[in-house]
This record gives sequence, C-alpha cells and structure tokens, in this order.
Amino acid sequence: MKLLPLLLAAMLAAVPGAVGAQSTSSATTTGTASGGSQPVMTQPATTNPVATNGGATPAAAAPQSDQPTIIPGVEPTGPAAAQAQGPAAQPAAQPAVAVPTLPVIPPFKNVGLPDGRMGLQDQVTDIGRDAAYFHDIWLIPIITAISLLVLILLAWVIVRYRRSANPVPSRTSHNTTIEVIWTVVPVLALVAIAFPSLGLLARQYAPPKADITVKVIGNQWYWTYQYPDHGGFELVSNMLKEQNEVTAGQRFRKTEDGPRLLAVDERMVVPVNSTVKVIVTSADVMHAFAMPAFWQKMDAVPGRLNETWFNADREGVYFGQCSELCGARHAYMPIAIEVVSPARFAAWVASKGGTMPGAAPPNADATATSPITNPTAGTSNATVAAGDALETSPAPNGVVDAVETPVVSTQGATDSRRSNQDQ
Amino acid sequence: MTDSTARAGLASPFVAHDDHAHAAHDADHKPAFFARWFMSTNHKDIGTLYLIFAITAGIIGGAISGLMRMELAAPGIQYLTSWVGTGSFDEALHLWNVLITAHGLIMVFFMVMPALIGGFGNWFVPLMIGAPDMAFPRMNNVSFWLLVPAFILLLGSTFVPGGTGDGAGNGWTIYPPLSTSGASGPAMDMAILSLHIAGASSILGAINFITTIFNMRAPGMTLHKMPLFVWSVLVTAFLLLLALPVLAGAITMLLTDRNFGTTFFDASGGGDPVLFQHLFWFFGHPEVYIMILPAFGMVSQIIATFSRKPVFGYLGMAYAMVAIGVVGFVVWAHHMFTSGMDVNMKMYFTAATMVIAVPTGVKVFSWIATMWGGSLSFQTPMMWALGFIFMFTVGGVTGVVLANGGVDNYMHDTYYVVAHFHYVLSLGAVFGLFAGWYYWFPKMFGKMYSEWIGQLHFWTFFVGVNILFFPMHFLGLDGMPRRIPDYPDAYGYWNHIASLGYGIMALGMVFFFIGVFWSLAKGRKAPDNPWGEGATTLEWTLSSPPPYHQFETLPKID
Repeated sequence: MKLLPLLLAAMLAAVPGAVGAQSTSSATTTGTASGGSQPVMTQPATTNPVATNGGATPAAAAPQSDQPTIIPGVEPTGPAAAQAQGPAAQPAAQPAVAVPTLPVIPPFKNVGLPDGRMGLQDQVTDIGRDAAYFHDIWLIPIITAISLLVLILLAWVIVRYRRSANPVPSRTSHNTTIEVIWTVVPVLALVAIAFPSLGLLARQYAPPKADITVKVIGNQWYWTYQYPDHGGFELVSNMLKEQNEVTAGQRFRKTEDGPRLLAVDERMVVPVNSTVKVIVTSADVMHAFAMPAFWQKMDAVPGRLNETWFNADREGVYFGQCSELCGARHAYMPIAIEVVSPARFAAWVASKGGTMPGAAPPNADATATSPITNPTAGTSNATVAAGDALETSPAPNGVVDAVETPVVSTQGATDSRRSNQDQ
Repeated sequence: MTDSTARAGLASPFVAHDDHAHAAHDADHKPAFFARWFMSTNHKDIGTLYLIFAITAGIIGGAISGLMRMELAAPGIQYLTSWVGTGSFDEALHLWNVLITAHGLIMVFFMVMPALIGGFGNWFVPLMIGAPDMAFPRMNNVSFWLLVPAFILLLGSTFVPGGTGDGAGNGWTIYPPLSTSGASGPAMDMAILSLHIAGASSILGAINFITTIFNMRAPGMTLHKMPLFVWSVLVTAFLLLLALPVLAGAITMLLTDRNFGTTFFDASGGGDPVLFQHLFWFFGHPEVYIMILPAFGMVSQIIATFSRKPVFGYLGMAYAMVAIGVVGFVVWAHHMFTSGMDVNMKMYFTAATMVIAVPTGVKVFSWIATMWGGSLSFQTPMMWALGFIFMFTVGGVTGVVLANGGVDNYMHDTYYVVAHFHYVLSLGAVFGLFAGWYYWFPKMFGKMYSEWIGQLHFWTFFVGVNILFFPMHFLGLDGMPRRIPDYPDAYGYWNHIASLGYGIMALGMVFFFIGVFWSLAKGRKAPDNPWGEGATTLEWTLSSPPPYHQFETLPKID
C-alpha cells in the first residue's frame, strides 16, 4: 500500500498513453494531434473505434471533438475533471445553468453495494426483483432439495449397506422403471426451471421505450459516460484514491463518496423511474459494465455497440465493478450510478453544461415543477409524448449517429466492417 | 510366451538392443534407465511419467493458488509489490494477472489432463481391455515428451515481457484484444505456442486411445463389456480430437493477429473479438468434460469395487457419458451470456445447457443405486469417490443456476462462477484423481498405501476445500468480480475464511506427500487384488505391479 502513490503518477501518465492503443484509423491520429490543448476531452472521442467506424468517415467523427465535454459546474474534482476544464466553450450561451455544486449523495448502508452478506444484493429494478425472486424462491430451493436428496441417499446407503450391516451384496444391476423415473423427473424439474427462466430472458430483452440514452465506454482503466440526448456531454469517471495515496490538493475518497475501490470522482447520473438505454462499448480491450443492484452486466467490446437497459425505481447511489479482465488495473475501474429525482437530474445535466431534450422529459410533472430553469423546456412542445423524446431530440453530434444506427450488437459488427471497407 | 516376447521385442527396438546386456529374456525384462524413462514405449512407464509430470505441475499450480489466497486474505495489496520486486505498482498488478493465468493453464493443461488421461488412461486402458500396450507406443512417447517443452514454454513466459510486466496476464481464456494489442512482448506468444504443443500432445494421445480401444480389446470384450473407465477415456478422446483443433485454429489466428498484421479479432480491421470467444469456448466447454469424464469412469469402477456389486445400469452409464460428450459440443455460448448476443441465442443456449443435467443426473443416481443393496467398505479410494459424488452434485446444481441466461447477467464473471467450477474441478476432477490414485496405487507401485494417512489426507482435504470454495458462493452472490487482487472491504470476511480453507487444504496435501513417500518406502507388498471380490476388471488379475509386458497370451472374456 505504501507504493500506491505510484498508482497515481502512473495513471496520470497512462491516460494519454492509452490512446488508440490498437486503432490505426486516421481519425485517431487527427484527434490525438489536435488534442494537445484538451487532452481528456479529445481522448474518449478518438479512442472510440465505434464512433469512428459506425459514424462512417473520419471527417464525420472529427466534429465530435469540438463538442464541449465537461463543464466545470461543480467543484473541480480529480485530475480528469481538472483537465476537462480547458475547452469551456458553452457556459456563456447558458448563463441560467450556473447552478451551485450539487451535494454528493452518500451511499446506502446495505443497498447498492456489497455488505458481506450471504445472498444477492437488494434489487432496485423490476427485472432485478423478478430475477432475484426466481433465484431465491425457485432456483435455490430446487438445487438445495437436489443436493439434500443426494446427501440423504448417500447417508442412507453408507449406514444401511455398510459391510457389517449387509455382508452379502445383492446382484441387482438393472431396473428399467427406476431408470426411467430418474431420467424423467430431472427433465420435469428442468422444464419447471426453464419456463420462468426463458420468461425472464424475454422480459430482459423487451425494454420499454427509452427515456434517456447513456453511452458507456470502457477504457483502460476508467469509464466514460456520454449523454447524447442531453447535448452530448461526456464524463470521465475515475476511481477515487485514498487520502494517503494522493498528493496534497488532489481529491481523495471521502465517506460520502462510497466504499474504497468503489467510489468514483464522476458518477453516472440517471433519473429515477426512467428507462435508461445503455449503449456499451470499449475504446481498447474488453471490459464489462456491471451493476449488481440493477441485475445488469454487459460486456464492453471494441467495435461493437452492446445495448441494454434498466429502470431503477429507488433514488440513491449504486456501485459495481468492471467484470471482464482488462489488464493491470482491472480491479480499479468501478462503476457508480446515481439515481436521482428528475429535478435533480435536470440540475445535474445543467451543471455539466448539457441541455434537457426538447420534448417533455419522462416525468413531466416533476420537471414542470422543477425549480431549475431548463432553457429548452420552455420552448418545447409539451404535448410530445415522452417516449418520442429520443427520436425528436436533435442529433447533436456524430455520437448519436453511432448510437442510433446499429442497435443489435451483431449488426454493429457488420456495420463497422462495411464502413471499414468504404474507407 | 516366446512368440509374444519376440513380438514385443519387435515392437520396441530398445528391448532388442538391451538383449546384449541382459541374459534374462522374459515378460518383466526392462531396458536400462535412460532408455526406459526417456525413450519409453511402455504404456505403464509413460503413464508413470505422466503422473510424475502432473504431480510436479500440480505442486506449481497449487503453490500459485497459495500465493493468490495469501494476497486475497485481506483487502488491499499486501504482497504483490514485494513479490514483483521492481517497485512498480502496475507491474505488481500485472503479476496478479500472470498468477491467475498460470494457475488456470497449469491446472487444466498440465495437471488434470495429464493425470487423468495421460496418467491413469495410459496405465489402465490397455490393462482393462486386455491389451499388451497402446496401439502406437512410439507416438505415446511423443505425446508425453511434447508436454515437457510446452510446460517449459509456459513457465518461461513468466520471465519475459508481457505488456505491463513480465509474463502473460490475460487469464486462461486469453481473450483478445487484451491478448493481442493489450499484451506486447513475447510472453503471450510463448503461452500460445505452449498451448499449441500441449494441444498437439493431447491430439496424438487421443488418436492413440481411440485406435487402442477400437482395435486392441481382448477377444470377447465387446464395446458393451468394456469397463466404464475405458468408455470414459474413449468419449474423452473423441472430445479431444474434435475440440483441440478448434483451439489450435483460434490461437493460431491470435498469433497472426499479434505478429503478422491479420485482424481476425480486431474490429478496426473488420474482425471481431467475440469470434475468438466463440472459437475458444467451442473448445473450452468440451474441455471441461474432458477434465471430468475420466473421473466419472474411475468413480464408477471404485464404487462398484467397494460395494461388491456390478455397476447399476451399465449401458445407461456408458451412453450418459456419450450424451454428455455430444451435448457438450452445442452449449459453448453459455460462457458468453454477457457478450451481447441476441435473445434467441440466449434462450437456446440456456435450454441446451440444462439438458446436460439429465445424463449427469442419471450418472449420480446410478452410482447411488450401485451402492444400494451393496456391501460397502470405506477404504480411502471409496471415501474419495463418495466425496466426489456429493461435491460434484453441489457443483453441478450451481451449474444449473448459471445455465439460466437471465440469471447469468448477475453471476457472470463473479466469484459464484469461481465457486461453481472449482466445485466441479477442484472438488470433482481432483477428488476423482485422488480416488484413482489410492485405488490403483497398489497396482501401479506394488506397495499398499497407508490407510491411516490416506483417511487423514481425505478428511483434511475435504474440510479444507469446502472452507476454501463454499464461501466463494457468498462472495459471488454479493457481486465480487473474478480476477481481482484487491476488493472492497465488505468482501474481506469470506475471503479471509477462504484463505484459511486453503491452509487446511495445503495441510492435506502435506499428508498426501507423506503418504506417498511412506508407502513407497515402507508400504507392505500389495497382493494382486487388494480389494477382494468387488474388483472384477482385468488389471486385478495381474501381479502388482504388473509385468513389464502383460497379456502375452490374450485373456478371453466370456
């Protein structure tokens, strides 16, 4: 642990170093070259082969690096945020969004994070509760019963048929009836498992219309979150280090940030009771975006856009960890998602320099009563259905193109191949 | 006698060569040391070499897991930085990845497979089918000696650059892009070549077993009279023959991606990283049955022997293994449920995976039915076999949980998976290995093992591995990811318990080695058949140890 300060130095050095480790596309070269003055901002755009491939030409991807990423609405936190302050291009256009720093939402005691229990984490999504119910009330009793049955039978034969109790063995070696029974009964048990299991799968793959979309990009070794519906701003989310691991003046983990190895400097924030479409991809090697409390895990594969979704119905902060081996600091790229009220979400979006979509947000009432001035809400047509928000929102940049074209992952791969040939 | 000895001499020029030195010319005529152990064509000697090799690899792989459990005993990085010695924190973390990679590859390719198939398969398949030797004795020798350079390559890879630090740190699944663009340096190439060579070794061995079993059975031993251990090796050999070429292809593509500019697994060149996962697991899932089927076969022999009863439902047992082997080829993508496949694929792989539970259940119930009505004695091999049945059941039912694609969203890549596959491998395959070791120890070495030390070994190991692996279920349910050297503090308690379990298991292994050395040095001479009327297979009709060349007059089976 004494050597952890090295971690900091190495990470700072490694962040630009990780750029385009494998990609040789011209967009990467261009972006890196022009990114001298704005390192963090350009990096996610240029290290994202999906945006490059899916978004067609390098020229189309280039404007992406002109988009403002992180607006310093909150206190400068950590090296990434500090660096991101460079290109503060937009605040002048949105004076109304100069909101004060939002207080950090402290973690629950035993929801949304591991607490050493012997069972599943509490679930805060319908899918998660369904799945946890299936696991706890259906699977666990069945497998426990099977294990106990085998154990009892073993105990019985050990006691009843030990040599001293049964010196002369029988010669029975066939009994068709019992063989049929122990073939058919497990089949029935499996059918009893398969039906709810396939039903669960079907529900997981039948998302309601998305209220917001977040693009999640895995990097060695941090996450970036893009909000294409909200002005296309982007967050870089790094793990917070302990106080004894940082140099003076740098942000370190405080209790309200969350547990060690789980707390991050920039949390992904989503509104409560909203269907969040999550597009997961990677800029370098494979990662996996995992959130146990949402029953959610999706691999981040370079060159693919994997889509998933969740709808969390309890405000709070939830923690997960990268779940696919991604190199040295695999253990040090946690995921933290804040689920907040629509009002606070709007305030947070504003604090990041984003804009709420033109259409009425999902929870129209809450937003209408929001004390936060939403510059676009006033001019929007309030009769637009909430579900149409995504479709009607203006596509701010190339990221949305990439998001909207290939939804199914295999199509994403095909698409990237095709565009690659075009080049 | 004379005719068959001459035939054996023709089959092995080294025997003929040795004629100069030895006047005696009989079935137990052995070549000199170097020719016997380094140019061996004798299936029993090669089997012994495989067992020695597997034990050596097991010590290394087990010691690596000890290092891992030390580091995981408490939250934070305790030892890695001092072990790596360079003061680089990233290299320390890379060392962790090297450890998990080496542990997995060594245990799978250099411990379990050589012991089960190369060791016990070589020793007892010819004995059990009444054959004088394997079909291709020279190829048998090649199979073994390919493993040695393969192992040296893998161990050597840990001393050359592998990206962030020395050694290949990609996990045993070597997924790209971490194993291509993410791992510069020769370590990964050495690991890939190691797998190539180990794979070639296994393919040659598989060809040998298939040919031997199909062509060299004693007169009267039809396929449906073969002992179940021979059946299990036959099915395993087919799995090896069909699965390993796919792995060889996949890692060759990985090699050319790394070194020759191809982009099979690189999206920026039109490839797809997920393609590698499909290829790897098309090999990888049959591979898990390769590791467990021979243990099934051994347990069947042992249960029947110590129950003094024939195996219940012999045909069902044999064809259950065939069914497991066949279905095992069409379920691979359940290892990739979170890679972003569509819902229909997930449903198919969920349902297909569950199907495997049916033949597996048939086997478990048949073992119990074999004991039902029997006259059971509880010598050490029987204890390991009983432990195998229960522990494999526990590992099997958590496999049913993981088979559900919808549930796997939570469990995938957590410690629940680690718990599951260690229950079927470390408590399944390894219990099978120890069962076979004690069962056949008198036959192989002509000395009785110490029953007292054997029981001590069993009980210590049994308690140890359960304390080691059962808490991992809790860690997984609480969401702890695999392959991390440091974890949030909430996982500390069960990790600490698991590390204590490792210590108990390690103590059990100390008893094992004491038992081996004591038995070899002081064990009383083993009779031809130490197990009594229950042991009906052909190896017990021979002396202990068997003559250097056996069955010079082929036995006839009624």
